[in-house]
Amino acid sequence: MKKLTKLAVLLTGAAIGFAAILLVITGNPANMGICIACFIRDTAGALKLHTAAPVQYIRPEIIGLILGSFAISLATKEFRARGGSSPLTRFVLGALVMIGALVFLGCPLRMVLRMAAGDLNAWIGLVGFVLGIYIGTLFLRRGFSLGRTHKLNNFEGAFMPGLQVVLFIMLAVASPLLAYSEAGPGSMRAPIWIALGLTFVLGIFAQRSRICQAGGIRDVFMIRDLHLFWGNIGILVVAFVFNIATNRFNLGLYHQPVAHSQWIWNVLGLMVVGFGSVLLGGCPMRQLVLTGTGNVDSAITVLGLLVGAAVSHNFGLASSGDVYEEGTSIVVGGGATPGGRIAVIVALALMILIGFFYSKKPKAKVSQ
Amino acid sequence: MKVIDAKGLSCPEPVLLAKRGVAEGEYPFQILVDDETPRENILRFAKNNDHHASLTEEDDHYVIEFTR
Repeated sequence: MKKLTKLAVLLTGAAIGFAAILLVITGNPANMGICIACFIRDTAGALKLHTAAPVQYIRPEIIGLILGSFAISLATKEFRARGGSSPLTRFVLGALVMIGALVFLGCPLRMVLRMAAGDLNAWIGLVGFVLGIYIGTLFLRRGFSLGRTHKLNNFEGAFMPGLQVVLFIMLAVASPLLAYSEAGPGSMRAPIWIALGLTFVLGIFAQRSRICQAGGIRDVFMIRDLHLFWGNIGILVVAFVFNIATNRFNLGLYHQPVAHSQWIWNVLGLMVVGFGSVLLGGCPMRQLVLTGTGNVDSAITVLGLLVGAAVSHNFGLASSGDVYEEGTSIVVGGGATPGGRIAVIVALALMILIGFFYSKKPKAKVSQ
Repeated sequence: MKVIDAKGLSCPEPVLLAKRGVAEGEYPFQILVDDETPRENILRFAKNNDHHASLTEEDDHYVIEFTR
């Protein structure tokens, strides 16, 4: 059983890595086959929660992950509507995680995909991700807990998956209510049925294997268990192999797709993501999968990610890729914005505050 | 017998409570969870650390008993 479940996590990571490259080949932006943060941000744009024209498109990948998880959890009777564990704080943490991700220009999944493509900025950012997770574990050791969930009405649990179906239908019929980027990353998209189909399968694997990128590193610190870490290895190795095979590997700091080289903001942005993910009990991808299983706290976290994306673009917090002097690798623009830099510092401070507020003896009723 | 109620707690709290239970050394003790993920995590923790743990399924939760 031990070998089987470790294999399940590794295979899920491998499948994610493979699907991500396939999605780039079929049209998604480079080094962005699947990015939970970017794609929730694109969806926010499509819904006109923000009006950044290059990033407006309902991404079927988000829909597929939630629906795949929903379908398999129903089939295995693991679907359970539950919630009530500090929902507003989770919403806020979701928004902060998104802000951090958009300062780095990627979620943990995109971080690993960029690493696999030779983007050294992502390797540098990894340091921040690991540090943020480590800080999160310090609070866990102090008894950090957002409290218990309790059973909810099935409508609550099924609403977000149901909403995904509505969003996909709107996309499939090219509803004029939505915005669609005509240039920029939002205009680069794999065919919708390929994007949905691949990620639906990934959603099934991810739910069954319980894969979690932040958990993978967290558990190394906390319980010396590498079980979930194999997921990260799977994604990295498979994506790397396919990048080499398809000539998409480009080692360096500069001229990387949708990336900037401001190392401090890559580190701090991902520190926010790592820290927040530990406080939330899972990385952004895990939040999508849990949403599919009826976890309303995760659904609210996903809504927090969505609103965080809207806030990021409406208030100029999101970074942009490096801009170079013509024909050189001299960076003359792009990177983290002044608002984004302040937001990352505020996010870290707010997370530390949340960490202290919610750190007390765990609410474990112990009876003799 | 000590009973630790870890029902409804987020990852990784249940396994951390199990770890604490082991560290406190009062055997046997039970830990209650109501979801498959913490159930699997705690059983894997027990196996990885050579602890004896048995699983019983109740109506709406699981009972994992550690017996050293």
